[in-house]
Amino acid sequence: MSVAVSIKQLHKQFGDLTALNSIDLDINEGEIFGLLGPNGAGKSTLISIMAGLCRADSGQVTIMGRDVVKQATASRRMLGVVPQELLFDPFFKVREVLEIQAGYFGVDRKNRAWIEELLESLGLADKANSNMRALSGGMKRRVLIAQALVHKPKVLVLDEPTAGVDVDLRQSLWSFVERLHNDGTTVLLTTHYLEEAEALCERIGIMNHGDLVALDSRAGLMKRYSHYQLKLRLKGAAETLPAEVAEALQRREADTIWLQVADDDQHLDAILTALKQADIQILTMNSREQTLEDLFLELTAGKAA
Amino acid sequence: MNLRGCWILFRKEVRRFTVVAMQTLLAPVISALLYLVIFSHVMADRVTMYDDLSYSSFLVPGLIMMSIIQNSFGNTSSSLVFSKVTGSITFVLLGPLSHAEFFIAFVAAAMLRALLVAVAIFIAADLYIGVTVVQPIYVLVFGLLAAATLATIGFLAGVWADKFDHAATFQNFVIMPLSFLSGVFYSIHSLPELWQTISRFNPLFYMIDGFRYGFFGQSDVAPGLSLVVMCGALVILGIIALMMLRSGYKLRT
Repeated sequence: MSVAVSIKQLHKQFGDLTALNSIDLDINEGEIFGLLGPNGAGKSTLISIMAGLCRADSGQVTIMGRDVVKQATASRRMLGVVPQELLFDPFFKVREVLEIQAGYFGVDRKNRAWIEELLESLGLADKANSNMRALSGGMKRRVLIAQALVHKPKVLVLDEPTAGVDVDLRQSLWSFVERLHNDGTTVLLTTHYLEEAEALCERIGIMNHGDLVALDSRAGLMKRYSHYQLKLRLKGAAETLPAEVAEALQRREADTIWLQVADDDQHLDAILTALKQADIQILTMNSREQTLEDLFLELTAGKAA
Repeated sequence: MNLRGCWILFRKEVRRFTVVAMQTLLAPVISALLYLVIFSHVMADRVTMYDDLSYSSFLVPGLIMMSIIQNSFGNTSSSLVFSKVTGSITFVLLGPLSHAEFFIAFVAAAMLRALLVAVAIFIAADLYIGVTVVQPIYVLVFGLLAAATLATIGFLAGVWADKFDHAATFQNFVIMPLSFLSGVFYSIHSLPELWQTISRFNPLFYMIDGFRYGFFGQSDVAPGLSLVVMCGALVILGIIALMMLRSGYKLRT
């Protein structure tokens, strides 16, 4: 499988803040890759460097084999970026905005059919002659997506595209992204909605404080960091828990404890044996499988997204 | 080369100022004509320039050049600052335009605005007092060079400025004084010796003086010198602008 986006030893510093700490990442051609992380993790800096909006201190990024610094214009032709902020030029109408953006890429009038298709597919057809100022936030978001796609890029970057977007639009956006994916477009998605990443992405990277702290398929991630949550109600409020239980303790409320148990053959057995030896009786026992959100919170040290 | 991309950016910039033509085209023409009407009435019988030239006639090239200076500077600086403040500059930066294409499109659009204003003032002044042009080629060359130079200065200011206040500061405290002290309303020969010397260090003086030579065949310094100064200034400023773009200064952080 060939690589669409190659990131090698990418480092970026803003004063004392390390925005990106020697990141290595390959995104394969045709995949939907999810990049997760709390605010300030470095996701947008990474995207800005890919798009040539920001310069890395060291390291290299290529888009479809084109270096984003040495072959800047060639790499930009391969890339479509939907920025996180609702940016727009208030002087122009929706169709004009798309024609101008296509023009920057040297795309001529033959592109009109694709522009009409984008307007139709993204539900913008009846707003084509409206000024950008007159559009709602959701509609502006659709225009941003259309702008990113107007030159038919090989790689599409969506930087939190569904932030503040209603459920209907979110669903239609994801249908559209899946259609692009089926047509062979590589998609890099950053999102705060973990269920989106779970549903759409083949592989997921999790960033925190400029580091790529996890990188795998969703199933691989869950397996690698595999554990589940065990909720036990104990008879009497045991003051002192055995060491094996204390180590796995996540939370405690009166006679109820929540434990993080490794998904293997020994850990649960060790906990139950320790409780039995300490003569602590279990009244009820419930377990809950770990979600991507649990994993995300764990890897990002409890920093909420 | 992405000539179409450059052309589309130029057209977009032209559209940006034509959408608000009252503010960007009509207002500067009216301002210049008001200057002309007032000064021609107040000063016409009191002052003559270059021996037998009426003050009204002397004033016309100065007012046209002042409009070129202010509009070409204002177009690039305001467009860039506006795009930066709203973030819409991102769309241009995401496109595959080279530094030169980016620079040329912005400067050419500003030049067009300045020249449209200049032509409108010229026509109105001709209808009002009658304007003679002795050396049309000088008028054209100095007009274009001045527009390109000030558009480039506006480009530099626009890239540098983080907010509208910065660009306005540059316009009000640098461009405006330099243009008023460059001989728009007077010949530097009417100044004391010291101020004549100081005026020669003002690059805008050479724009107006060379431009005026095209109208009357007379100037304060040799038009060849003005031409050399202006070409040199434009080349140096253009190189600085391209170096700024190449470094990513304030645009690609």
